[in-house]
Amino acid sequence: MVSALAITGGRVVTPKGVVDGGVLVRDGHIAAIGGFDIPADAERIDAEGTLIVPGLIDVGVFAIDRPAFVAGGITRAVLMPDNGGIETVALVQHAAAAGKPKVWVHPLAAATRGLKGGELAEIGLMARDGACGVATGRSWIADSGVMYRLLGYAGALGLRTVTHAEDGGLAGQAVMTDGETATRLGLAAAPAEAEALAVARDLLLVEATDAPLHFRQVTTGRALELIRAAKRKGLPVSCGITPAHLFLSDNAVSGFRTFARLSPPLRDESDRQACLAAIADGTIDLICSGHDPQGPEAKRLPFVDAEPGMAGAETLLALSLGLVRDGLIGFERLFDLLAGAPARLFGLPGGALTVGGEADLLIVDSEAPWRIESDRMIATAGNTPFDGLPVQGRVTCAIKGGMPIL
Amino acid sequence: MSSPPTRSVDGRLGSPFPHRHLTGIAGLQPHEIGFLLDEAEQWVQLNRGTAKHDDRLAGLTLINAFFENSTRTLLSFEIAGKRLGADVVNMAVAQSSVKKGETLIDTAITLNAMRADMIVIRHESSGAVQLIADKVDCPVLNAGDGRHEHPTQALLDALTIRRRKGRIEGLIVAICGDVLHSRVARSNILALTALGAEVRVVGPPTLLPPAIERMGVSRFTDFDAGLDGVDVVMMLRLQRERMAGGFVPSPREYHALYGLTYERLAMAAPDALVMHPGPMNRGVEIASNVADDLERSAITEQVEMGVAVRMACLDVLTRARRGVAGW
Repeated sequence: MVSALAITGGRVVTPKGVVDGGVLVRDGHIAAIGGFDIPADAERIDAEGTLIVPGLIDVGVFAIDRPAFVAGGITRAVLMPDNGGIETVALVQHAAAAGKPKVWVHPLAAATRGLKGGELAEIGLMARDGACGVATGRSWIADSGVMYRLLGYAGALGLRTVTHAEDGGLAGQAVMTDGETATRLGLAAAPAEAEALAVARDLLLVEATDAPLHFRQVTTGRALELIRAAKRKGLPVSCGITPAHLFLSDNAVSGFRTFARLSPPLRDESDRQACLAAIADGTIDLICSGHDPQGPEAKRLPFVDAEPGMAGAETLLALSLGLVRDGLIGFERLFDLLAGAPARLFGLPGGALTVGGEADLLIVDSEAPWRIESDRMIATAGNTPFDGLPVQGRVTCAIKGGMPIL
Repeated sequence: MSSPPTRSVDGRLGSPFPHRHLTGIAGLQPHEIGFLLDEAEQWVQLNRGTAKHDDRLAGLTLINAFFENSTRTLLSFEIAGKRLGADVVNMAVAQSSVKKGETLIDTAITLNAMRADMIVIRHESSGAVQLIADKVDCPVLNAGDGRHEHPTQALLDALTIRRRKGRIEGLIVAICGDVLHSRVARSNILALTALGAEVRVVGPPTLLPPAIERMGVSRFTDFDAGLDGVDVVMMLRLQRERMAGGFVPSPREYHALYGLTYERLAMAAPDALVMHPGPMNRGVEIASNVADDLERSAITEQVEMGVAVRMACLDVLTRARRGVAGW
C-alpha cells in the first residue's frame, strides 16, 4: 500500500461542483481535495488538466468481467443474480470475492428460488453475507401476490428490490419493440406499453408496502412519466438506463443486427427523446452498462435465436460523456448518475469524491478520441451495438482504495 | 451482427440488375423489378412450348436449401433450374445436419465449400437468408425467410397482374388476411408500391402489423370497406394454428368476417382479379367457387408465372459468373 498519493493539476468533480486542483489520498481514503500541501513521502501523479472523478459504480451487470470493468473505470459492480443463480449464502460470498482487489463486486440476491417468480429465496441470510439488494432477474415477477410479499419482506430488511420493467404477457415472444422497423423486418414485436404496464403495477405495490424499488432499465416516455409522478409523491423508487437506450433507437436493428438485440429492446425515437429529457430533469437516477457479454455462439444466429444483451462496460463512460458534450447535463450530474446515486441507492462505499471517503477514483481525459470496435474490445465478448462509432473520453488512470489498478 | 446492413450491390453498377443476391424486394429500384419481369416473359413463352429447355446454366450447380417445409416453391425452383440446364440438388431439412445442432453459419460455409453456383434458401427465421448470403461466394435467392420477405412470390404476383391487367401503376390492390405473419404480404407491399400501385391491407386488427401505414399502404379492418373498388384482391393463407383462438376465434368466424365469397367480391371492381399464393384453405379465407372461377381467379396462373420468374432470377444472377458480356 502506498502511504500517500498526491494527484495534482486536474479538475476534480465533486458533489459540490468541479474544483481545480487535485486529490490527496492517504491510507485508502481521500485526505484532501483541491489545493493542499504535498507531503514529502507522497507519490505524485500529474493529471495534466484532465478530470479527476469518482470510480464508476455499475448497477446490474450480468457477468464479472474484470478487465472490461477496469478499462471502463468501473471500480464497483452490482451483479445480477442470473448467471449461475445467486441464491445461496456461499454464492453471495463467492461473487463478492470474485473481482477483488481491483474491482469490488456487490451481488444482488435472487429474489425468488431459481428466479422463477414463485417462492422467496433466502434473502435475509444472503443480505447478512453481503448481498446489497435483491433482484427479480432478467424478467419481472408475473404474480402480483409474490411481488407484493417480496417488496414487503425485502423492504423490512432494508433492501432495495431491483426489477425488470416489462409485462411478460404483453412482451411474450417479442424480440423488439412494435414499430416500422419490426414490421419491415418481419420480427415479432411487443408494444412499448409493456414497460409502463409493469411499472404502473409495481408502483402501486410500492405505495402499498413503502418498500424501496429500483427499475433496472426504464426506456419509454410513458413509464418515465409514471416514475416522475411517483417521485413527486415521495415514493422510494429509482430507475436506471443504459447509453444504448439514450443514443440508439429501434432502427439500429435494421439489417438484423443481433448486437442491437437488447432487453428491454431499443425503442422508437420519441421514447429515446423522452429518456434524454428524464436524464436532464432528474427522473432517471443512474446510468448503467447492462454489461452482458455474449459470444458469437449466442449472437451469430438468426435474430430471433440470438441472445439479447450487450457488452457495455468499457463504453459506458465515453458514451455517457456525450451527454455533457451535448450540453444536456454537467459533470457533477453525470458522475452522480454513474457513481453517486448507485452508491446511495445500494448503500455502497465510494461513489463521490469527498474528504474522508473511499479513494476510488479515476483520471479521465474527457477529450481523448477513439473508436468503438467490436473485435478490439477487452470484454470477454465484443457484442456492442455501437461498433464503429467514434467517441471521446478515456480513463488514463484508475485507483481503487488508494491503489492504482490501471 | 456487428457489420452494417449489407447491400448486395456490387461493382457492376452499369448493369440493369447490379445485385449479387436476391434477398428481398427492399433495396431494389422500380426499374430493376421491371427488368426481372421483362426477362421472365421469354420464359413464359418457352414453358408453354413443347421443348421446354435451354442450357444456359449447364454445368452450374443449384442447391435448394429448404430449412422449412415447402412443396410448391421447392418444386418451382427445381423446375426452373432444370429447364435452364443446371444441376439441381435439393437439401431438405429432415436429412440435414441442422437437426443435429449445426449452426446456420456452419451450414452456409459447408454449402459454399461444395462450390454451389446458386443457393436458394427458405428458413423459418426472419433475416436468416441474409445471414447466409453474407457468408457465401455465390448468388443467394431468398425463397422465404420467416415473416420478412419472399421476393420471387412478389415478382410472380406482379408479373401475373401485369399480364392480366396490362399495367400495375394506378391499380388498387387489396392484400387481405394474415398480414402480420406474412412474408408474401411484405414483399408484395414493397414491389407493388414501388411499381406505382395503391396498396391496401385488410384484415382483423390482431393480424395487421403495427405501423404498417409507414410502408405506404392504407389499413382496413372492415373487409367490405377494404375491398371497395379494388382492381386486385390478393388473399393470404391463414395458418391453422392461428385460427384456434390466439389471433382469431375460429375458422368459421374468420370465414364469416374475412372470407372471400362472391358476395364480398361484388364490392370490388367488376373485373377485379382474385389471387392467392397457395396453398389455400378452401372455405376459410376463400370460398371454393371463387378460387375456381377461371374468369376471376389468377391462382393457377400465379403458379405458372412462378416458374418463369424464378428462371429469370437464376439467369440474371448468374450472368457475371458465366461471363455474359456487360455483366
